[in-house]
Amino acid sequence: MKDFVYHKADNLPEAVALNAAYPDYPPLAGGTDLIVQWRSGIRKLDGVVDISCVDELKRIYDEKKEIEIGACATHSDIIGNAAVKKHLPLLVQACMSIGATQIQNRGTIGGNIMNASPAGDALPVLLIYDAEMLLQNVKGERWVPVRDFFKSYRETALESGELLAKIRFPKRDFFDYRGAYYKIGTRRAQAISKVSMCVMASVSHGAIKDIMISLGSMAPVPVRARGTEALLKGKVIDDNLIHTAERSLADEFNPIDDVRSTAQYRSYVCGALIVKFLRESRIKK
Amino acid sequence: MTKVVKKVQLNGVEKMVEASPESRLLDVIRLELNLTGTKEGCGEGECGACSILINDTLINSCLVLFGQLNDGDKILTVEGLGDAKHLTSLQECFITEGGTQCGMCTPGMLIAAHALLIKNPKPTREEIAEALAGNLCRCTGYKKIIDSVEKAAKIMRGES
Ligand SMILES: Cc1cc2nc3c(=O)[nH]c(=O)nc-3n(C[C@H](O)[C@H](O)[C@H](O)COP(=O)(O)OP(=O)(O)OC[C@H]3O[C@@H](n4cnc5c(N)ncnc54)[C@H](O)[C@@H]3O)c2cc1C
Ligand code: FES
Ligand code: FES
Repeated sequence: MKDFVYHKADNLPEAVALNAAYPDYPPLAGGTDLIVQWRSGIRKLDGVVDISCVDELKRIYDEKKEIEIGACATHSDIIGNAAVKKHLPLLVQACMSIGATQIQNRGTIGGNIMNASPAGDALPVLLIYDAEMLLQNVKGERWVPVRDFFKSYRETALESGELLAKIRFPKRDFFDYRGAYYKIGTRRAQAISKVSMCVMASVSHGAIKDIMISLGSMAPVPVRARGTEALLKGKVIDDNLIHTAERSLADEFNPIDDVRSTAQYRSYVCGALIVKFLRESRIKK
Repeated sequence: MTKVVKKVQLNGVEKMVEASPESRLLDVIRLELNLTGTKEGCGEGECGACSILINDTLINSCLVLFGQLNDGDKILTVEGLGDAKHLTSLQECFITEGGTQCGMCTPGMLIAAHALLIKNPKPTREEIAEALAGNLCRCTGYKKIIDSVEKAAKIMRGES
């Protein structure tokens, strides 16, 4: 048997260099996906590049115009960060819905993104907040906006030799917006989503000035519901509109049947979630 | 297979530990260090039987590789709480309140509850349930585990 190769990076330049030098050995962050996949035999592993102890990758920066979150910041780091709480409350909610304490303490946002599961709970939030990913290799770095990042089922824009270093979120003024993050799973803790929805709307005098809806587990990648958004913008929220929104959202995507749920249930539930959100938005003026 | 050596604080005692970096911390604890209090239930992060603290942070030791430790890391396993002659209030209350039956989940429950009480000495029942959400028990039905933690917290605050 070949020896397992274990490279451990102590700092960011080392992480980038090791990652580029050993494309066959995946980065190991919190390991909550990678170790499970390896041990269960789903994924063959001959070695890793351990990036879990790289300080630069764990930091969260509260800049003037944006918030930057290191790829190895854990879900708990994010939940406990005051600037994130203030500017990206839906990200906090999403991270709080991931696993239980043990998983939140270990799992990272970068791992959630790079695992690129359609059910990754942080992913719909990235779409709503217009996140950008910083990808680094030995030659340099590039920023990729989230809309160009998730290519197809478990495929991202990350190229061999590149490392996800951080995620940048512009600080936008969501002062008059109401947001919600919904996750539907078999139980509250430790359950992988059947459907997740992130939605943010600005409603004034009963009319929707602006609305953004993103969904997890409804397509091979996390998606914005542009069709339903366009249908709702500028309209007054009444029973008729709520019904239209429900039908439109259920029809906009073709989810699949899998071990966690059925296509029919997924479509039904995401319709029900938008109904809930719009009803509550109507009450809240 | 090349082994590495880490200098850790194991249950308050400095120790040099040698193991393969790709070994699960759970296996190092049970097989190399012979601390068999930490249990393996699922081996995939679901059950919490393997819970330990690294630098006061609650984690599943089945999902940490030995190589991920740093020199100087503080590790707390159930053996670091109290021994049979000197039980902590938490351990005592699991006995008196019926918080343990077969015992498989108990070390993980104790460690998770300990982690909670370090940060929050006066948790509500909901907060206790939340803090133990990553720990499964097939026997007790959880109510008595929550009773145990609630009672222990009270004793530790000097209220009973
Ligand atoms: C019991 C349990 C419950 C869970 N519950 C949830 C849940 O509710 N919701 C949810 O979304 N997920 C859940 N997960 C999945 C997992 O915890 C999350 O996806 C987590 O965020 C993964 O992060 P990690 O740091 O552990 O990733 P790792 O396992 O370390 O890595 C995951 C993948 O990303 C790659 N990678 C990691 N970091 C980088 C980087 N910086 N650059 C390039 N590639 C990188 C790795 O090579 C690997 O392929 C659960 C897992 C378990 C075991
Ligand atoms: S054995 Fe580690 S969580 Fe079940
Ligand atoms: S006491 Fe048996 S599993 Fe909890």
